[in-house]
Amino acid sequence: MISIKDLHATIDGKEILRGINLEVKAGEVHAIMGPNGSGKSTLANVLAGHEAFEVTKGEVFFEGEDLLEQSPDERAREGLFLAFQYPIEIPGVTNATFLKAAINEIRKHHGQDEISPKEFLDLMKEKAKKVGMDDSLISRSVNAGFSGGEKKRNEIFQLLMLNPKLALLDETDSGLDIDALKVVSNGVNTYRSEKNASIVVTHYQRLLEYIVPDYVHVLYKGRIIKSGGKELALQLEEKGYDWIKEEQVETV
Amino acid sequence: MAEVRAEDFGSEEQAKAVEDLTTSEYKWGWETEIEQDTFPKGLNEDVVRGISRKKNEPEWMLEWRLKAYRHWLTMEEPKWPKVKYPEIDYQAYSYYSAPKEKPELESLDEVDPELLKTFEKLGIPLEEQKKLAGVAVDAVFDSVSVTTTFKETLAEKGIIFCSISEALQEHPELVKKYIGSVVPYTDNYFATLNSAVFSDGSFVYIPKGVRCPMELSTYFRINAMDTGQFERTLIIADEGSYVSYLEGCTAPMRDTNQLHAAVVELVTLDNAEIKYSTVQNWYPGDSEGKGGIYNFVTKRGACRGVNSKISWTQVETGSAVTWKYPGCILQGDNSVGEFYSVAVTNNHQQADTGTKMIHIGKNTKSTIISKGISAGRSDNSYRGLVKIGKKADNSRNFSQCDSMLMGSNCGAHTFPYIEVDNESAMVEHEATTSKVGEDQIFYLNQRGISTEDAVNMIVNGFCKEVFNELPMEFAVEAQKLLAISLEGSVG
Amino acid sequence: MPAESNLLKKYTEGFAAFEEKLNGQSETSFHKVRNEALNKLAELQFPTVKNEEWKYTNVSGLVKNDFEHPLNIETVDIDAALIEKLRIDDVDSDILVVVNGSFNKELSVLSDYPDGIIVDSLANQIKNNSELTEKYLSKLTKIENGFNALNTAYSTDGVFIYVPDNKVIEKPLQVIFINGSSENEVISLPRNLIIAGKNSQVSIIANYVGYGEKEYFTNTITEVYSGANSVVDLYKVQNENENAYHIDKTEVYQNRDSVFSHYNMSFGGKLVRNDINSTLDDENITTNYYGLYLGSNKQHIDNHTFVNHAKPNCESNELYKGILDDQSRGVFNGKIWVEKDAQKTNAYQSNKTILLSKEASIDTKPQLEIYADDVKCSHGATIGHLDDQAYFYIRSRGVSPEIAKSMLIRAFIDDVVEEVKIDNLKEQLNHMIFEHLHRVEI
Repeated sequence: MISIKDLHATIDGKEILRGINLEVKAGEVHAIMGPNGSGKSTLANVLAGHEAFEVTKGEVFFEGEDLLEQSPDERAREGLFLAFQYPIEIPGVTNATFLKAAINEIRKHHGQDEISPKEFLDLMKEKAKKVGMDDSLISRSVNAGFSGGEKKRNEIFQLLMLNPKLALLDETDSGLDIDALKVVSNGVNTYRSEKNASIVVTHYQRLLEYIVPDYVHVLYKGRIIKSGGKELALQLEEKGYDWIKEEQVETV
Repeated sequence: MAEVRAEDFGSEEQAKAVEDLTTSEYKWGWETEIEQDTFPKGLNEDVVRGISRKKNEPEWMLEWRLKAYRHWLTMEEPKWPKVKYPEIDYQAYSYYSAPKEKPELESLDEVDPELLKTFEKLGIPLEEQKKLAGVAVDAVFDSVSVTTTFKETLAEKGIIFCSISEALQEHPELVKKYIGSVVPYTDNYFATLNSAVFSDGSFVYIPKGVRCPMELSTYFRINAMDTGQFERTLIIADEGSYVSYLEGCTAPMRDTNQLHAAVVELVTLDNAEIKYSTVQNWYPGDSEGKGGIYNFVTKRGACRGVNSKISWTQVETGSAVTWKYPGCILQGDNSVGEFYSVAVTNNHQQADTGTKMIHIGKNTKSTIISKGISAGRSDNSYRGLVKIGKKADNSRNFSQCDSMLMGSNCGAHTFPYIEVDNESAMVEHEATTSKVGEDQIFYLNQRGISTEDAVNMIVNGFCKEVFNELPMEFAVEAQKLLAISLEGSVG
Repeated sequence: MPAESNLLKKYTEGFAAFEEKLNGQSETSFHKVRNEALNKLAELQFPTVKNEEWKYTNVSGLVKNDFEHPLNIETVDIDAALIEKLRIDDVDSDILVVVNGSFNKELSVLSDYPDGIIVDSLANQIKNNSELTEKYLSKLTKIENGFNALNTAYSTDGVFIYVPDNKVIEKPLQVIFINGSSENEVISLPRNLIIAGKNSQVSIIANYVGYGEKEYFTNTITEVYSGANSVVDLYKVQNENENAYHIDKTEVYQNRDSVFSHYNMSFGGKLVRNDINSTLDDENITTNYYGLYLGSNKQHIDNHTFVNHAKPNCESNELYKGILDDQSRGVFNGKIWVEKDAQKTNAYQSNKTILLSKEASIDTKPQLEIYADDVKCSHGATIGHLDDQAYFYIRSRGVSPEIAKSMLIRAFIDDVVEEVKIDNLKEQLNHMIFEHLHRVEI
C-alpha cells in the first residue's frame, strides 16, 4: 500500500523527520506512538502533502506511485485520507456541499460519473448513522461551531463517506471522552477491510484498546526506534517511553 | 497583473489559483457602433434646459432641474470617502446621449438590430421566449429607454412600468408627488448633479393591493464614450403592494474613466414591500488601474407606511471607484429595512460602500449583512450608519460586516457609525476580518478538491447569506459573476 | 469658530505676558517647543463638529469661556486633611499632588525609591534641561488640535516618573490632580511624562478631582514610554465635579514584549473627552484598554481610542462599557489600525452601552482599518437596555426593583471591573459606580 524509505522532512529549516522507514500493506493497521514533539503529526502531514514541510530526503510510494510528486488534492483522489488533529472550520459551506464536491472530484479522477443526488443522500444517511451524527450537523457548515468531539466525529464521517485506501488518523482520540472515543473507534473499525489500511497516530494507548493495531511503532526524535506487535503499546503505557530511550542509548 | 507572491499563500499553486481568480479580463467589453445623438461636452444652464426640452418636460420639472443645478454650483465634491481618484472635470463630459432612431417604436422589429445584438450579448431577455420566462425589461441604453416589454400584461393590473421620461408625459402627477421626496435635490454633490441633468431611468408604480406578478428588471449600459450616465429611478409601492426589482449594470472597456451618478428613490406605503436587487459589474479598469467607471450613486428608500419593508441586495464586482450607501428611512411603525451586500474589489479597484438605516417609527427593524472581499491592490471599505431616533421605541438593528483578504497588498476597512437616541433600542454590530486561510485550502485539498475550487468554495461560503437573499435567477447570475470576477467556476 | 472663541483669543494673544511669569523656564530648551505649539494653536484653532474626530462632541460652549491661567490667580489653598479626603480610600499607594497643573511636593507622600528611580515635578526636570525630557517630552505625541497645542504651549508642570531598566516601583503611585477654584474660572494644564525602562514595572493611579464652585477646564496630556518587556498599568479615575470641562490625551509608545494596560474610569465632568493612543512599534507587544463611562444628568462623555499595530505578532484587547442615565450622552470612537507589516496581529475591540433613560443617547463608531492580510481582527458594538427577562427573573425571586436593577448594572460592568489588578481599587470603583448613578449599591 505505502512504502516509506528514509524520509527526512524539515519545517522552517528545522529537521523533524530524520529517516523514517515504514511499510504498510493492505489490510493492516499500524499505530505510531511517541512522546510530544517526536514527529508523529509531522509524518501524517508530510504524507498528506502539507506545504509547510519540506521533504529533504527519502521517498514514498503509494500504490506504486511516487507520492511526493503529487499535490495534496491528487493524493486525496488517489485514496489517501488524513483525519486532522485540528479539523478546519469553513463557514458557509455545508458538510453536504463539501462532501459532494469531494466525492465527485474523486470519481472524476477515476473516470466515474458524478454521484446522483439520491445515491449521495442515501450514502450520507447510512454513514451518519454509523458515527451517530445528527442530521442537523450534516446540513451545517463544515465544522463551524462544532464542539471538539463533533469535529472528530465529522472527520470519521468523512472517512466513511470517501472510503479511501489509506487512512491517516492524526491524534483522533485527543480531547475525546470515553463515549465519543467508542463512537469514533467504531467508525474506524467499520471502515477497516482487507482492501484498505490505516496508520493511527496517537499519544495514548487507550485508543488502541478500541482500534486494535497489527503493528506498533515508537517514534522518537524523528525516527522509528522500536517496532512490535500490539503488546508494545501496553508496555509503553506501563513503563512510559524512557526505557526505550535508554535502550536506544545502549544500542548506540 | 496583480502582484501575488507565492510566499503569501504558502505554495505556488495556491498563489496561481488566487491570481487566476483576481486577474480575469472584463468579459463585457465591446462597443456598439450606432449613430448617436450626443450633446457637445460641457455643463451649463443651457445644457440643463436642452435636456429638459429634448424630453419635452413640463415646466415644473425644468424649474426643479435648474434649482438643482444652481445649488450644485455652490457645493463641493465630498472628500471623506476612503477612495482616491484624479479630479473630475465636469466640463469634459457630455450630458446627453441618445441613439438616433425613429421616434415611435411599436415593436421589437423596429429596434436598431445593433442594439438588439448588444442586448443579446448582455443576455437581456428581450425576445419572446425570454418573455415567457417571466421577466419584464425596461432597457436603458445610454440614457434613453428604447423599449419596454410586458407593458400590457402589467397594465392590466394597473402597474406602471416605463421610462421616467415617459412617466413625465403620461403620469406627471405621480412623478411630481414623489420625485425628490426621498433624495431631495440638495442631498449630496452627485445626487444634486443627477437632479439637474438626469437623462432617463425607470419608473414603477404598483397600485394598492397589487402583487407584481413578475420580477421587473432594468439593464443599464454606458456605451457612448465620455458620456456620464445619470439615470434616475423612482419606484412607488402603494398600500399593500409588492414588487421585486432587478437592476444589472455593465459597461464596455475604455481607457478613460466614465462617470455614473445615478439616483434611485423607493417609496413604500402601508403594508407594502419593495425588494431591490442589483448586480453591478461596470468595467473596473484594467489590471494597472487604467480606465473604469466612477460609480457615485445615491440609493434610498423610504418606508413611509406602517408595516412596510424595503430590502436592498447587491452584488458588486465592477467599477473603478464605488461610492454608494443604499439606505432605508424607516418612518412607518413596524417597518423593516434590510441590506445584503457582497462587494468584491481586485486590482486597483476602490469601494467605499455600505448602508444607512434611519429608524424613526416605533418597532422598526433593520438588518445589515455586508461581505467585502479584497484582492490585488484594492481597497474595500464598509461605511454604514445606524441611527435610532428619539421616538423609535423598541427598534432593533443587527449588523454584521465581514471582510476577507486575498494577498497582502489589499486593504479592508470598517467604519460603522451608530447613533442611538432611544433607550429601548437594541443595536448589535459585529465585524471580522480574516484571510483565505492556507489551512482551509489544505483541508479542502486533502479531500480531493483542487485549490481553485477550494478558494471558490470558501469565497462562496463567505457570501452565502447574501446570495440567499437574491431572487433565484439573479442568484445564479451573481454567483457566476463572482466566479468570473474571481475567475473560474464556483464549486 | 475663532470669532466666538474667547479662549482662543486670550491664549493666542497672551503668550508674551505668560513668558514673563515663567520664572526662568523660558530660558530652557523646552521653550522652543512651546513657541511652536503657540503657532499651532493659531493655525489649528479649536475643532468644530465638522471635524470628523469631533463630529459628536461640540466644544463651542467650552471655548467661549476665557479661563484664567493658574499663574494669574491666587494659589488654591489645599491642606493635608483635604488630601486625605480626596485620595481613593483604602488603596495603599504613594501620593503625588498636582494642584491646577502644579506639582505640590509638600503635600505629596513618597517612598524611598531604589536608585535611579525619579518621581518628581516635571517643571523641575524641564528647568534642569534633563536628558530625559529632552529626549521624550512632546516627542511621543503630536499636536493634533487646538487643545493639544494649548496644553503644550501653556503647561508649566505635572508629574515626571522615570523607572530605569530592571527597576520596579512596588506601590502604586496615586497622582491626585486637583483642578478648579472657588474664586476664578481657571484652566488647569497638567502635563505628565512616564518613562518605563527595559524590564521595569510601575502602576499609576491618576485621580482627577474638582475643587471650588467655579467652572473650570482641565486640559491634560500624558505621554508614556513603555520600554522593552516593561509592564505599565495606568488607572485613570476621573472624578471631576459638575462644573468641569475635561479634555485628556494619553499617548503611549510601546517597545517589544511590553504590556501596557489603560483603565479609563469616567465618572465626573460635564463635558469629557479622552483620547488614548498607542503605537505598537515592535513585536510581541500587548495593549489592553479597559473603559467604563457612567453618565448622569447632562454629562457628555466622549472616548476616542486608537491602537496602531505597526509590527507583527502583537495583540490588543479593548473592552469599553457604558451606562448612561438621565440626559447624558456618550460617544465611543475606537480605531484599530493594522499596518501592512503587522502580520499575525490579533486585535479585539468591544463596546457595549446600556441606556437607562429615555433621554440618554450614545453615538458609537468602532473602526477597523487593515492593510495586512494575515490577521485576526474583530470588533463588536451593542447598545441596549437592562435585560427585561433577567430583571423579571430576579424580581420573581422577591427582589425589589431597585436592587434588581443594581444587580443587573453590576452584572453588566463586572468584566471591566474584574480586570482591575488592585483589589481595594476594585472595591472603591464599585462604590463610585453606584454612587454616581444614584443607585443602591450591592
